[in-house]
Parts: sequence; C-alpha cells; structure tokens
Amino acid sequence: MESCFHCGDDCTTTVIEHQDKHFCCHGCKTVFDILNDNDLSYYYELEQSPGTTPSRFEGKFDFLENDVIAKKLLEFDEQDVQVVTFVVPSIHCSSCIWVLENLNKLHPDVTTSQVNFPKKSVRITYNSAQLNLHQLVLLLCKIGYEPYISLDDATKKTSTIDRSLIYKLGIAGFAFGNIMFLSFPEYFEVSEFWLERYKYIFRWLMFVFALPVVFYSGSDYLVSAYKSVRSRMLNIDVPIAIGILVLFLRSTVEIVMDWGTGFLDSMAGLVFFLLLGKFFQQKTYSFLSFERDYKSYFPIAVTRLNKADSSKEEQAQVYDLVAGDRIVIRNGELIPVDGILIKGNALIDYSFVTGEAEPVSKNSGDKLYAGGRQQAGVIELDVLKSVEQSYLTQLWSNEIFNKSAESLFQSITDQISKRFTISILSIAVLATMFWLWYQPSLALNVFTAVLIVACPCAIALAAPFTLGNLLRIFGKHKFYLKNSSIIEQLASIDTVVFDKTGTLTTSHKSVITYEGIALTVDEQSLLTSTLRASNHPLSRSLYGMLQENNISSLDDFSEEIGKGITGVLNNNRVKVGSYAFVSDGSSAFAKADLNQTTVHISANEVYKGCYVFYNEYRDGMKHVFDTLSVDCDLAVLSGDNEGEKEHLENILPKNTALVFNQKPGDKLNYIKELQSHGKKVLMIGDGLNDAGALAQSNVGLVISENVNVFSPACDGIIDATRFKNITTFIDLSRKGKKVIQYAFIFSLIYNLVGLGFAISGHLAPVVAAILMPLSSISIVVFTTIYTYFLGRKLNHKTTI
Amino acid sequence: MNIIYMLLAISVCVAVIFFVAFILSVKKGQYDDTYTPSVRMLFDDELIKEKGTDSAKSNQPILLKDQLK
Repeated sequence: MESCFHCGDDCTTTVIEHQDKHFCCHGCKTVFDILNDNDLSYYYELEQSPGTTPSRFEGKFDFLENDVIAKKLLEFDEQDVQVVTFVVPSIHCSSCIWVLENLNKLHPDVTTSQVNFPKKSVRITYNSAQLNLHQLVLLLCKIGYEPYISLDDATKKTSTIDRSLIYKLGIAGFAFGNIMFLSFPEYFEVSEFWLERYKYIFRWLMFVFALPVVFYSGSDYLVSAYKSVRSRMLNIDVPIAIGILVLFLRSTVEIVMDWGTGFLDSMAGLVFFLLLGKFFQQKTYSFLSFERDYKSYFPIAVTRLNKADSSKEEQAQVYDLVAGDRIVIRNGELIPVDGILIKGNALIDYSFVTGEAEPVSKNSGDKLYAGGRQQAGVIELDVLKSVEQSYLTQLWSNEIFNKSAESLFQSITDQISKRFTISILSIAVLATMFWLWYQPSLALNVFTAVLIVACPCAIALAAPFTLGNLLRIFGKHKFYLKNSSIIEQLASIDTVVFDKTGTLTTSHKSVITYEGIALTVDEQSLLTSTLRASNHPLSRSLYGMLQENNISSLDDFSEEIGKGITGVLNNNRVKVGSYAFVSDGSSAFAKADLNQTTVHISANEVYKGCYVFYNEYRDGMKHVFDTLSVDCDLAVLSGDNEGEKEHLENILPKNTALVFNQKPGDKLNYIKELQSHGKKVLMIGDGLNDAGALAQSNVGLVISENVNVFSPACDGIIDATRFKNITTFIDLSRKGKKVIQYAFIFSLIYNLVGLGFAISGHLAPVVAAILMPLSSISIVVFTTIYTYFLGRKLNHKTTI
Repeated sequence: MNIIYMLLAISVCVAVIFFVAFILSVKKGQYDDTYTPSVRMLFDDELIKEKGTDSAKSNQPILLKDQLK
C-alpha cells in the first residue's frame, strides 16, 4: 500500500498519482501543489511526509468578517498593520516551523510570521489594507494549518509571563560567583601583605553583592516563612529563612566589627541552589493547558438570523446572544447556548458533555442544551438563556472551581520540616546553654553556627529534583502533569474512579455483532450500497465493518433523520434504522434491549434482524483494573444508561462499584462522598461532564486521544495510547516518594556532621563553604541517578 | 599597589555588564521559547541554496492571492 507523500497516511480508498508522487486525497494534493508552485517544496525535504490533511473549513471562519469579533483576536492594529497570534494544533515538526515562517512567499501581504514551537503558536504581522483576518485564516487552512479559535480567545487579552524566577536565579548565580571569587584569597593566603591591606574592600564588595540575594532572590523564602509561622504550620521554608537570615546577619556583624569574612559565599550559594531546584521543578508543557473550562471548548461566534429580516444571516458573538435570538447551527457545529429547536432535524452528540455514548435525535419544540454537537444538517433554534446561564456552564459556578488548589495537601517535605525545625532550635538552645556555662564568649558564635549548618538546603532540594526528574520521565511517556506536587499526591491515592464513555471506551465503536436471519448475498450488497450513501455515524461504522461487495448505485435512496434509511435497487427494498422504523408495527420479533445500541434491518418489508453495537474498551483495561484492585478501591461512573452493565460486570474485578445515569453534578458529589470517608481519590475522565469530579478529586487525570485538542481542567493529561501504563505511573510515583525519603536520611547525615563542627565551636567559613555545596550537589546527583534507573524500568515496560 | 583598586573596578564592571545583558535578554523574551530558534537557525543556509535553483520553475504557479478573493 502506498503512503501519502504529503501526510504520510496510508492511501486506503483512493490513490492519486501526481508528479510521480502518491497522495491519499485531493486535500493533500492541493497543499502539495500550493507549496510546490510557490517555491516551498523544501518543506518536504526537511522531514518525511510532514503535512496534515486540510479539514473542511468552508464557512467555518465566516465570523471573522465581523470586525468586532476580529478585533478581539488582534494583538496590535494600527495603520494597516495588524498582528495576531494563533494556536495551531497541527504544528509538529521542523517543516511546520519552516513553512509557517515563510508565509510571505505564499502571500506578499504577510510581513513576518514567527512560530513558537513549544506553545504551538504562530504570530503573524500582515498588511491589513490588502489582507483581512478572515483571508489570513483561510490561507493557513489551505495549507493544512487550521488555527484553533475558541470563546476563550475573546476573553483574555493580555497574558503576562512571570519571569521573576529567572531574574532571581540570575541574580543569585551572579552574586554567588562573584562573592566566591572575592572570598577565595582569604581562605588560603591569610597573612599576605597586600591581602591584609585590601581585605576590607573585598569584604564590603561581598556585602554589596549579598544584599540583592537576601532581599530579592531570597524574598520568597522569607515571605513564605513569615506566613507559615503566622498560620502556625512550620513548613520547610522556616529553617531555610532562619538559615539565610542568620548567615547574613552574622556575616554583617563580622564584617562591621572586623572579626572575619563571614559566610556570605555560603549564603549566596544556598539561595542559588534552592532557586535552581525550584527552576528545575517548573517543567511546563506550554502546548497543554490544565486550566481550561468550557470557554476553550465553545466557539467565539455563531450565525444569528437578523431580527428585523429573518432571511439575513449575521455573525454574532456568543456573549452577545440573549433569550429570544434565533441562531443557525450547521452540521458539525457546537450549540453554545440552551435553546428550543425550531426548524430542522437535530441529531446531537452529547458524549463530551454528558457522557451519553449515542447521538440523540430531537424534534422541533425540544429543548437543546449547550455543549452538544449537531451531527446532521442545518438546524435553527431559539435562544433560551445566555451562555453564562446555560445548564452546562452553571457547573462552573460550583465553589470547587474557585477554591485554590494548593490548599490542604501536606507534602512529604512539610511533614518532616516541623519536627526538624523544632529539633534544631532545641539543639541550638542546648548548645548555647552549655557554652554559656563553659565559655560565655563563644556562646553566640555556637548558636549562630548551629542554625547555619542545620539549614536544610539538601532536604529542600531532595523533593524538587526527584519530582522534577519524574515529571520529565512521565512527559517522555506521554503522561503530562500540571506540576510536580501531583506526583506526591498520586503516590498516596487509595481509590480510583473511572468515567466510562471516552475514558474506558474508545471514541469509535467497532465491535458489532449480527442477530437474526442471515442475509443473502444480494441483500448484503444492497445493504452496503445503502449504508454507503448515509452519513449517520452508526451507518459509517457499520459500513466500515462490512466487506465491500458489489457496490452498485441505487435506484432510490431516502433518509429520515433520526429514524433510518431506505435503499431501493431492482425492486428490492432494504430498510435500515430504528426498530419502529424498520418493523412497521409487526411485533413478530422480541424487541431487543432498549439500552443497547442497535441497527435493525428489513428486506422488502420483512424484518431480518439487527446489528448490535458494543462499546470497544481500551487496550489493557482488564489488566489496569486487576492490578489496581490489589491496593485500591475502584469505581466506574457513567453518564450513560445501564446497557453495558452486565458486560462490564463480567470483565471488571468483583468489588468494582458501577454507577450509571450520573449527571455532572452527581459525579462531583460521588467523589465528595468518598472523600468524606477519608479516601484519597484519583479521578480519570475525559469530557466536560467530568470537569466537576476532576476538580473535586485529589488527583484528576484526563485521557485524551489527541493531546492538542480540548480537554477539561485537570491535574494531568494521559495520551490514550498509554492508558495501560497508568498502574506503572502510580507505582513510579510511590517509588519516587521512597527516593525522597532516602535523600532525607542522606542529608540528615550531612547535618549531623555539620552540627559536630558547630557545637564544638569549630565552624570556620571555609568549612561551611565546602560542606554546604557538597551536600546539595550530592543530593542532586543521588536523586537524579536513582530516578534515572526508575525511568529505565518504565522504558522496559512500555517496550514489552 | 593601587592598581588593585583599578583591577577590582574593571572586573566588577565587566561582571555587571554581562549581568545587565542577561537581564535585558530575559526581559526581551529570549528565554520564553528556547526550542524554536534552535531549529530556525538551521533553515537559513538552505534558503540561500534554494534561491539559486529556483530559476527553472513551473510556468503556471497557483497564486493564493487570487484564490482567496
């Protein structure tokens, strides 16, 4: 089989030969022609088959002709120069970067375009006198780079990037290097003539360099320590802040009183290493968003019929819709507001918002809820409520979406830091009391020395580096987490709740069985020909399963939306559809279970039988459930009916709770109920209907067939192909927690050695300057090597 | 021995110059996207090579400008 020169897919149905190359469809061929004729064929030299098949976009972006909507998307707009940034999910390789940055070759009015690959976005400057936003978007669509524009783009205008951590790290590193440099001479050549003479300048220079380190770079630790003392929760920042302050104050006193050089280099090094840990932990996946709500799923605009003259269509912003407006929804478009169906046949796919697996057909006069996707033809509906008041969007007014996420969870570092802080404070006091009695002049010296060496730099670095490493390892295996503290929470879960539709099942149904009288060859050929003409999702998947035998053009074909289809050839008539449509009232055959998805067949008005569709469950589901059931409670929540209950009971472990007909709010409450019994819940879902449960649960993960398209707010996103690895991910998180514990023991040994120096009154600046970086670096090396070995195991498992 | 003062002043000045350069580069957004420039860098050579060869090109290019109207 040939694979497409443009997109690399196998050419299954048709092969188009063009310029000695094979293409899978005309879309791909057109893109090739466009690029080839505009001197952009280098696109195909950079990477093998880099393209994406352009999707259907006629009319989809008409709303951009509306200036008010277009203005909302623009970043800059003055004197014929407009700047716009689009998110383009199909950016995936260096060819993509190249072709998008050479847009000016395709259209002379594009001035510059710049791709941000990690964000999958492109920023385009163009001449708006010659080219408007709509034409620009069409240009992108034509070469297969369709931008993703949603309601979210209309609301947020300026996003400021927080770069303060880079500044802080830069300043700390700069000061650390310079102070180290300046303090070196005094460590080795103590009695040199010129050193004696100039040491004061050296010391005061160090002091000047140290000021921004304490008061800018270290400010986070000081503020956090102050807050934690006030709320009486001693976190790890308290001993760190004590360490920083004591180091700084004692050094200042030593410099002012001309007692010595102080410990400013250790202090700057400490802050630098801590910030480095923080920076390392901040692995972000800029092309993913974990904070999305319905806004990034909903369209920005919709076609509205003019009130005065209802034959005129206009593009209206979704936020401007009010009750009473009449809107038009085309095939494949999303219903953005609650409304009443007025005209047309509605077949609405609610699977993403309610979890119902099957598209629902509605008749005029029925209420349609926001979030459904129309699957058949054009419909008109009257708006009942504005977008914020719609049934679905009201879920986001639940208090769980306003609660700050970092509230109650106590990390493993926080757990030990309380005991740690109290014990070093008491050691410091005891040691001081001893020296007050033994040799009072050294007492203050010892007190500060204990606080300095006890500063838990290594402890504070253990978690960031272990978790940061794991985060990267997970990312390589297509398991993307919002931040590293999720790993610790994942390690402590004891209950796992799954959504059914879309999470346990794949999005396409392919297990189909036939029940009834066997069809003759002629009937089968007629059936396939009939199915071929229909666009209904069930017809498509049934057609895909049946062998292509003798496709012939039909004499007559009719489709009654929501009921079924009829095909006629050589006076033979076949009817395919719902039981009521096919059987014509005769109840000779027992009605199949209503909850099952069935397609019934009759030939020449004689009922033949039905095809039953089963949900196809994800690869390795049984393995995941069996492994998890060893140490976790399991549950499956579904917004769907009970049709699959028996089937699920057979495959899943006996103690799995199965709950059906759950509305989005019910799912949230189910999780809440589990948590009130002290359970730590992991929720795994996929759609908007799980959004509440995902926010309520301790850890909410989303399964996604394509990580670039919309997924609701969550703590992590798993690529659907890695579903079977979930157990390994949880296992690795638990092992990661172990690594942190080992690192703690390791760093406590360093602290004890340091305390030995401190209590005996021998802590020279050079000892501190060696001990502190040594402990930090060895902890970093230890955790990195250990997690690397853990990651190797994961590689091994996924290759099997 | 007063040369020490001058050497110190120079070394600190050089350090500060680099430090300011770093801060400015962060401010200008050079650290916001650390991946794309590494790929973009490799394109420039190829573009020059290509310009030399595009004299013999197909006679009827599809003009997107016309298609969009």
